[in-house]
Amino acid sequence: MLLSGSDIIVECLLEQEADTVFGYPGGAVLNIYDSLYKYSDKVRHIITAHEQGACHAADGFARATGKTGVVIATSGPGATNLTTGLATANMDSIPLVAITGNVSTELLGLDSFQEVDITGVTLPITKHNFIVKNIAQLADTIRLAFDIAGSGRKGPVLVDIPKDITAATCEYTPVKPISKAPAKLSENELSTALELIERSERPYIYAGGGVISANAEEELKKLAELCDAPVSCSLMGQGAYDQTDRRYIGMLGMHGTVKAAAALNSCDLFIGIGTRFSDRVIGDPKVFGKNAKFIHIDIDPAEFNKNVEVGCTVKGDVKDILKALCARIVQKKCPWTDDMISKDFREPVQKGTDKLPVTPQAVIEKLDELTNGEAVIATEVGQNQMWAAQYYKYKEPRSFISSGGLGTMGFGLGSALGAKVGRPDKTVVNIAGDGSFAMNLNELITASAHNIPIIEMVINNNVLGMVRQWQRLFYNKHFSHTTLDARHIDYVKLGESFGIQTFVIEKNEDIEPILKKALDISKSAPVMIEVRIDRDINVLPMIPAGKPVVDPITEIDLGV
Amino acid sequence: MEQEYVLSVKVSNSTGVLPRVSGLFARRGYNIKSLNAAETEERDISRLTIVVSADLRILEQIKNQLMKLYDVHEVKILTDAVTREHILIRAGNSAEDRHKIIEIANLYRAKPVDVAADSIMLELTGEPAKIDSFIDLLKPFGIIKMVRSGITALERD
Repeated sequence: MLLSGSDIIVECLLEQEADTVFGYPGGAVLNIYDSLYKYSDKVRHIITAHEQGACHAADGFARATGKTGVVIATSGPGATNLTTGLATANMDSIPLVAITGNVSTELLGLDSFQEVDITGVTLPITKHNFIVKNIAQLADTIRLAFDIAGSGRKGPVLVDIPKDITAATCEYTPVKPISKAPAKLSENELSTALELIERSERPYIYAGGGVISANAEEELKKLAELCDAPVSCSLMGQGAYDQTDRRYIGMLGMHGTVKAAAALNSCDLFIGIGTRFSDRVIGDPKVFGKNAKFIHIDIDPAEFNKNVEVGCTVKGDVKDILKALCARIVQKKCPWTDDMISKDFREPVQKGTDKLPVTPQAVIEKLDELTNGEAVIATEVGQNQMWAAQYYKYKEPRSFISSGGLGTMGFGLGSALGAKVGRPDKTVVNIAGDGSFAMNLNELITASAHNIPIIEMVINNNVLGMVRQWQRLFYNKHFSHTTLDARHIDYVKLGESFGIQTFVIEKNEDIEPILKKALDISKSAPVMIEVRIDRDINVLPMIPAGKPVVDPITEIDLGV
Repeated sequence: MEQEYVLSVKVSNSTGVLPRVSGLFARRGYNIKSLNAAETEERDISRLTIVVSADLRILEQIKNQLMKLYDVHEVKILTDAVTREHILIRAGNSAEDRHKIIEIANLYRAKPVDVAADSIMLELTGEPAKIDSFIDLLKPFGIIKMVRSGITALERD
């Protein structure tokens, strides 16, 4: 049938079963929005307050559902506003398709109004990008964009479409997406890995976001049982392994548990699965796991030997690899594992002050209890993010949504909205700090306008806490521009001005009733909680950047 | 240990491929010595011949990172290959020197392609080492301008 370019775009979204899109209209996408008007019974479009929020929402939608997220923005500033969102998704390998309008082809390259070379701008922060200058290639380009975004190591793909292409007409025939056969695994790599596992007496499994991306949580569990190994997850891997299981010994890395660090240094085999060995985990690469042999399992061979030199690598789909390994491992029994699991490493416990007795630990652990560990938790970046990772016990994949690689403050609220839209059955909480909250609080408008019933929890210490923590430790307590006392934000009034009920937790006895009330309201409407805490509650344990993952700091002297 | 390697990279013959490849090298701090891009016998495919300076670990990284680019179809690290480079070089400034320059040119089978009153332009194709030594011999006469094509290479059968 003969369709306009903009109708073809929407038809192609439907081919991919992308029935939810986030975006913001503008001049260059007027045709696309006209088609969205026409197709409004088939495609749900959610307008955010800002394109960045739309991009984070599409990202959160993708993380929570496993589907490819879709975001639409207009040319020029609309497109450049996506960049932080795209870079965030790119660093965390999240499948997104971003559709941007551009000026008409005859105006390209002439510094036309709202023109920007967005494929040039986003070249290093997308998995791939396209500009469509011929309508005959439009449908196939969008199909290819979805294919690239969702295959191999996933990531964001941007398709830039000039306005005249969306207006022109072309013959369109629907095409069903076909799934490709998975790449074959190397027998050599598998048998080397099996041999290492067989010979190991102290195997330790470390799972990253790649396990979640590959939907390999069951295989991971099975592998841990067969190897009789303790399990750690990276920040991105939170939820890949049930944290209430006895084998789980906490997160590994800069703010990982003392136990996870101890296991790293006493294991004889370190099995890294779907992970890129981020600098935030390995500290000093020269001594990381220096007593152990390594197996690195990943879909992207460019991660092998990039940050850490590993002896044994297994390339391929993580689920396929773990299946193949599990089929051949003879059940192991490792006494070391039981020692590790049962030994008390005296993990640090948070303390409040007389004036501000509430701790993030108490609030998040109570939230975990009240939601039975089954909520989806989004985070901003900084202390709030680490506390959310440390104190909530994630039981299933896609329940922790956080900007791990790029560390994007302002990511959480948008991503929580996307997650809630994708998983309306779940309680969704964004755990924010007051700094991150202020960056993109505009998206409260989206929560309210579309009645997306999330819980926005602002842990307010009136400082940029993580930066303050570093200033205390490494910059002679020069708290340069990290004290936010002058802001005087009344969160209750602010929330109410957006039509969002807001509560304050200030005393320990507030925690349970207010959380309960918020959880109740969030069955039908968005709600906000301000949690007032002392500004010198630090994130512990801590391993300073670039230092060996040995003996983490568990106490920081606050001095006077 | 760091040394020079020649990569032969098949890419889609479309606009925007070169910035993707060069951007990757710049972004990740890989060291490019030379890069040559040209069409091949296949209409839709170009071949990039890239000389990099790297140790084996970085070399492997370069290969893997290149393979992640959608437009890159094949990356080969050439070990047994015919490598050639082309140079245009203008040197000399006196009639007396010119005589000596032509003598060197003959020795290398370089071809004079432009003669002016006080200088001469020569053309030479050969292995990079030969080009290097040719340039060295011309240096005493004063090199006014030169351009090297960068290495092109094809595997031996």
